[in-house]
Amino acid sequence: MECVEGLRRPEQGSITVLGLDPFHEVYRLQERIGVQLQQAQLQKRIKVWEAVQLWASLYKRKTADGDRLLEQLGLVEKRNAWFMTLSGGQKQRLFIALALINDPEVVFLDELTTGLDPQARRAIWELVRGMRDRGKTVFLTTHLMEEAERLCDRVAIIEHGRIIDVDAPARLVARHCPERSVVVATTDSRAAEHFGAIPRLEEVVEAGGQFTLRGQGEDFITDVIQCLSEHRIRVTEFRTVLPTLEDVFLKLTGHSIRD
Amino acid sequence: MLRGLGELTWLEFKIFLREPLGAIGTIVVPVLVFIVFGRSAGPRLDPEASEGLLYVAVPVLAAVLISISAVLSLVTIIAVYREGGILKRLRATPLRPQTILSAHVAVKLLLTALTLVAVMLAGRRMAPIPDGVPLVGFVLALLISTVSILAIGFVIASIVPTARFAQPIGAAILYPMVAMSGIFVPVDTLPPALNHFARCLPLTYTVSLLQGIWAGDPWSAHLGDLAALGLVFALCTALSARVFRWE
Repeated sequence: MECVEGLRRPEQGSITVLGLDPFHEVYRLQERIGVQLQQAQLQKRIKVWEAVQLWASLYKRKTADGDRLLEQLGLVEKRNAWFMTLSGGQKQRLFIALALINDPEVVFLDELTTGLDPQARRAIWELVRGMRDRGKTVFLTTHLMEEAERLCDRVAIIEHGRIIDVDAPARLVARHCPERSVVVATTDSRAAEHFGAIPRLEEVVEAGGQFTLRGQGEDFITDVIQCLSEHRIRVTEFRTVLPTLEDVFLKLTGHSIRD
Repeated sequence: MLRGLGELTWLEFKIFLREPLGAIGTIVVPVLVFIVFGRSAGPRLDPEASEGLLYVAVPVLAAVLISISAVLSLVTIIAVYREGGILKRLRATPLRPQTILSAHVAVKLLLTALTLVAVMLAGRRMAPIPDGVPLVGFVLALLISTVSILAIGFVIASIVPTARFAQPIGAAILYPMVAMSGIFVPVDTLPPALNHFARCLPLTYTVSLLQGIWAGDPWSAHLGDLAALGLVFALCTALSARVFRWE
């Protein structure tokens, strides 16, 4: 990410952003992009409006209206607050404001919501969707698969610096995790026997009257429902578990703990 | 060229004054120390004895200490900014790296000049500045010296691992230099080995320049000192340009 933003010299290979080489044409590139860095800080005692005004003064191109940005990001009341007094979510929103101040063509967001509480995270997701809807290209990295699933049109899964696969989230799920699971709770003693006859069933796990049925294909859930009604099996719980991007990620990159 | 330098300098100046010890530590404390020192030692600083070593040494020592405290403060600020990722964040803008660092140097020079003037004004009654001391020239000489010592500060700031070590390491390097720099004992009267050593210290030239200008020497008498300080500045700037770490 830092190589793409022009902050670090790539050890090998070449990068082009908006037709520019990020390392050698970094100042031309920075005019046109917005950057939010992972774990960045500002001067402890800089005021919110001072940061916005400083950033606005740095770009040659016409900059966005700082006050409007602060308003959109819910920071108007904090205009005169020192950076050190802001909460994590407020700091992150200020960094978004700074990333957007030059009305950039591409916005880079590096682990935007790491360490934020669910409310702050959701608020920031709304902002990112808003940027996308206004036609900006947003390039973000995240460890939260839910975030990628909700925000991204295209997702690249990277392991040890290599892209393993790139596609829309739904297509990644369909390609790598086609299995479906159904969780059924029943006291019917013949249930296990009947479940065994469901087509494309791969596995049945039972734990205290609760069965987890795992199978392949889009019809699998219908088949399970049909089996239940055909044999008049009385169930007290029924839910489907669909694979998510997180499952895809774990499947592609392995389950062992990594750095 | 240096887009944003004015804005950043002004902002850093304001931010520095907001620090709990910012304005008090850099301007008020030196002035107070000078007043207290002047009250107790003042009577002995007899204007009749103005030829005495002490009479030149006091303003020069005060000036050097002001300059060093500015450098130590800069070393700390740079280390804190690096550790907190502030330098990195500023670099991810169209700001040139040299603009970011120049802004800090400008703030320190401004504070150094302000402190020196404040100390002189505060001490005016107890130890009147003798006629013929070129104050503007003296402030200028101190600023030239400070730029040169700031370059050393940048080398120190480049090598200190964390902000916690910045101040003590900087102090351990700079303060011993003061003892050898000719303020307390003229360099020429030192034993040969120490004499050679003292001549390698940048502060020796700072002290020589400040003493000379205070005593009313023309600038042309101190071209050697200026050249030495220029050399220190050039070497240290080149060195820190190579070893400076932004994160």
